[in-house]
Amino acid sequence: MYKILKKVLLSPSVWLYDIEAPRIAKKAEPGQFLIVRTDEEGERIPLTIADFDRQKGYVSIVFQEIGAGTELLGKLNEGDYILDVVAPLGRKTHIEPGMGTVVCIGGGIGVAPIYPIARGMHQAGNKVISIMGAKNKDILILEKEMRAVSDEVLITTDDGSCGIKGFVTTALQQIIDRSEKIDEVIAIGPVVMMRSVVEATRPYKIKTVVSLNPIMVDGTGMCGGCRVQVGDEIKFACVDGPEFDGHLVDFKGLMSRQRMYKDAEKEETNHVCKLSKIKGAI
Amino acid sequence: MALRMMKYAMPEQDPKVRAHNFDEVALGYDEETAIAEASRCLTCPNPRCIKGCPVQVDIPGFIAKMKTGDFAEAIKVIKKSNALPAVCGRVCPQEHQCEKYCVMGIKGEPVGIGRLERFAADYDLASENETKPIEYAADASKVAVVGSGPAGLSAAGELARRGYKVTIFEALHKAGGVLSYGIPEFRLPKEKVVQVEIKNLEKLGVKIALDTVVGKLYTIDELIDEEGFGAVFVATGAGLPSFMHIPGENLNGVYSANEFLTRCNLMKAYRFPTYQTPIKAGKVVAVVGGGNVAMDAARTSLRLGAEQVYIVYRRSEKELPARLEEIQHAKAEGIDFKLLVNPVEVIGDDSGNVKRLRCIKMQLGEPDASGRRRPVPIENSEFNIDVDTVIIAIGQGPNPLVQSTTPDMQTNKRGNIMADDSTGKTTKPGVFAGGDIVTGAATVILAMGAGKKAAEAIDKYLKNKKH
Ligand SMILES: Cc1cc2nc3c(=O)[nH]c(=O)nc-3n(C[C@H](O)[C@H](O)[C@H](O)COP(=O)(O)OP(=O)(O)OC[C@H]3O[C@@H](n4cnc5c(N)ncnc54)[C@H](O)[C@@H]3O)c2cc1C
Ligand SMILES: Cc1cc2nc3c(=O)[nH]c(=O)nc-3n(C[C@H](O)[C@H](O)[C@H](O)COP(=O)(O)OP(=O)(O)OC[C@H]3O[C@@H](n4cnc5c(N)ncnc54)[C@H](O)[C@@H]3O)c2cc1C
Ligand code: SF4
Ligand code: SF4
Ligand code: FES
Repeated sequence: MYKILKKVLLSPSVWLYDIEAPRIAKKAEPGQFLIVRTDEEGERIPLTIADFDRQKGYVSIVFQEIGAGTELLGKLNEGDYILDVVAPLGRKTHIEPGMGTVVCIGGGIGVAPIYPIARGMHQAGNKVISIMGAKNKDILILEKEMRAVSDEVLITTDDGSCGIKGFVTTALQQIIDRSEKIDEVIAIGPVVMMRSVVEATRPYKIKTVVSLNPIMVDGTGMCGGCRVQVGDEIKFACVDGPEFDGHLVDFKGLMSRQRMYKDAEKEETNHVCKLSKIKGAI
Repeated sequence: MALRMMKYAMPEQDPKVRAHNFDEVALGYDEETAIAEASRCLTCPNPRCIKGCPVQVDIPGFIAKMKTGDFAEAIKVIKKSNALPAVCGRVCPQEHQCEKYCVMGIKGEPVGIGRLERFAADYDLASENETKPIEYAADASKVAVVGSGPAGLSAAGELARRGYKVTIFEALHKAGGVLSYGIPEFRLPKEKVVQVEIKNLEKLGVKIALDTVVGKLYTIDELIDEEGFGAVFVATGAGLPSFMHIPGENLNGVYSANEFLTRCNLMKAYRFPTYQTPIKAGKVVAVVGGGNVAMDAARTSLRLGAEQVYIVYRRSEKELPARLEEIQHAKAEGIDFKLLVNPVEVIGDDSGNVKRLRCIKMQLGEPDASGRRRPVPIENSEFNIDVDTVIIAIGQGPNPLVQSTTPDMQTNKRGNIMADDSTGKTTKPGVFAGGDIVTGAATVILAMGAGKKAAEAIDKYLKNKKH
């Protein structure tokens, strides 16, 4: 059982939780994720470790309520306990001094997982240019935190309500066009966004790392459900990733596999809504 | 009265009914039948059956007690060599082990040793004997066990009884290994059998740390150097699913058997949406492979509502590696066996879902290294089967998480940990290994045997270290 120390609403339906887990905090590294299970009937939900504090012994998650599992998680309060937290899973981001100029791109809720990576890159002495994208300024998250660990921050919104009007790729193209030498791009966000970033950097042969989020079960390499085609190999995202060379990833296959349970899950969300209504009524 | 040559039949759920529920298929003998079956045993002075049992259960010894109805004594005899008889009585491939050698099998059917073992064990589980906690010495050494499958459980029990403080580290949120996530409820009840055995271990004083992936949260070195464990037993099983590397394998509707069975057994997807994990069982399912895993996946599909289920296996009936009883049960439930057939491609529709499985017919050629005749494709014999789900059950390899973070523990070229047969000693001092992680996918009883031997060796190792 893992205690929720802090619960903050970052933007509508996006929560930040600090979870007491000293051992995990001690071992966690940027780029890794954890799996939570809220209760006995719950799914195993993979979420990126958005932050960790080794001294205070907690890890943070930032998640969006998009289905039955994340909705139930969102109903917990400060002081409540999460039944299971498994971590740290996956490989850590490759971070070392002397990598040069790194562009860290976070789209939507993807800003949360990009934050510890940007911080790690910055601490290692690399030049960090961050791009944060959101639909509009109201759902932009973690701006202050990102500014603290970046040499430069570019913000894009779909509607132009903040920063550059357009997508993260619009900002990326601006950086490329001003002839800034980019040594590496790391992009985390919706699959369509990561695919556009990869297409934007491909002509310039800029190394581009993406963090994939296929549907997972165990997160330890046991089920093969998270498999993705990377180049001519099948990789298990939970143990071989979640980060891969974006120029080799089969995004079409990834998107198709993510839709596998769409119908079943719609039904389930209805079911949970009904259940919580009943519970609420009592 | 003349000696009965055939086994007493095992009462079973009607195939038509059981194909649609997850309740146990074999119902178990009643007392009267158990005594009658026990009476078929000749109590041979040189019992051949024992040499077929990997842990050398005193078979005539426990059966003699059963003949007189003394089941409480019978189980004591069994438990001297086998810590999980309720499990083994159900899932041991008896026809290749103890029963294979029984003299009664020469002219008729062997004594139903497994069924008797199950009866005695179930009798014991029902009698709710309280397990007494072990009183540990103040300076008792600590031993870590990695993995809570049969190998880990049996090592932990044996070590606890020898006075060691044992902690089992398990990656999943439930203990039991394959017994919990792989073998289905209808063959091995989880609450009634598996969890009871695990609780009994905990009552002995064994600690189980769930949600703990060794290699990630702790390395083996950290367990020894920082957490104060005197020795470690690695029993992480064969959990890495193999794929066929044929086109279309990433389509929606293609599962590894591990994923399919884990969703169903561990996550209880068959009770979706009460349990939140979904599963897509499909209407027409092809399961590739011929072992226990394949039979379990096929019969699970049926129970999830599939109308037609095929087993696609590249050799012939004789080579099917599954337990005989499972093959018979699968057939009775209506599983369609496509033998001497191998898939070459999974074909999908425009939205990335499985539509059909393209296969090729096979014939048996010369024996290969394993002594089995090698299947070779028959040219131009390709054909399609219309299916919406394909489940790959062609084997599992070793998960590398522990090995890759323990460089001084050697592995073979397949990635299995190298360990001494009789002690489980690895190349790293203080670290022992056993079960599927050493042998490759094998059986429950072999894994338990390895756990027990390693426990004895660990006991010796720690005693030597003290002096
Ligand atoms: C390594 C990894 C890291 C992740 N990090 C985060 C994070 O930091 N914050 C966050 O909010 N989410 C993250 N996700 C996604 C998160 O796991 C899913 O949103 C969650 O599992 C959905 O569960 P649910 O029961 O609420 O929704 P469901 O009812 O299961 O699904 C709702 C919808 O989301 C889709 N979906 C289901 N699982 C996934 C998935 N794994 N990825 C993408 N779409 C999915 C479904 O197809 C469906 O359309 C991560 C996923 C992975 C694999
Ligand atoms: C579907 C199926 C049906 C089967 N049917 C039969 C049968 O009828 N009869 C029979 O005799 N055998 C059968 N077998 C084989 C038998 O179950 C195995 O041989 C046996 O379980 C091996 O035991 P083990 O303890 O070595 O490993 P496992 O049972 O595989 O247990 C290993 C455990 O270690 C955990 N683990 C792995 N890595 C780590 C890590 N890094 N940190 C912490 N924990 C970790 C795993 O989560 C797992 O719980 C079947 C197997 C399967 C998959
Ligand atoms: S443990 Fe297995 S092999 Fe040994 S006697 Fe029991 S059923 Fe037979
Ligand atoms: S060989 Fe058969 S008959 Fe003889 S002791 Fe063993 S079980 Fe009994
Ligand atoms: S989630 Fe099961 S192998 Fe990756």
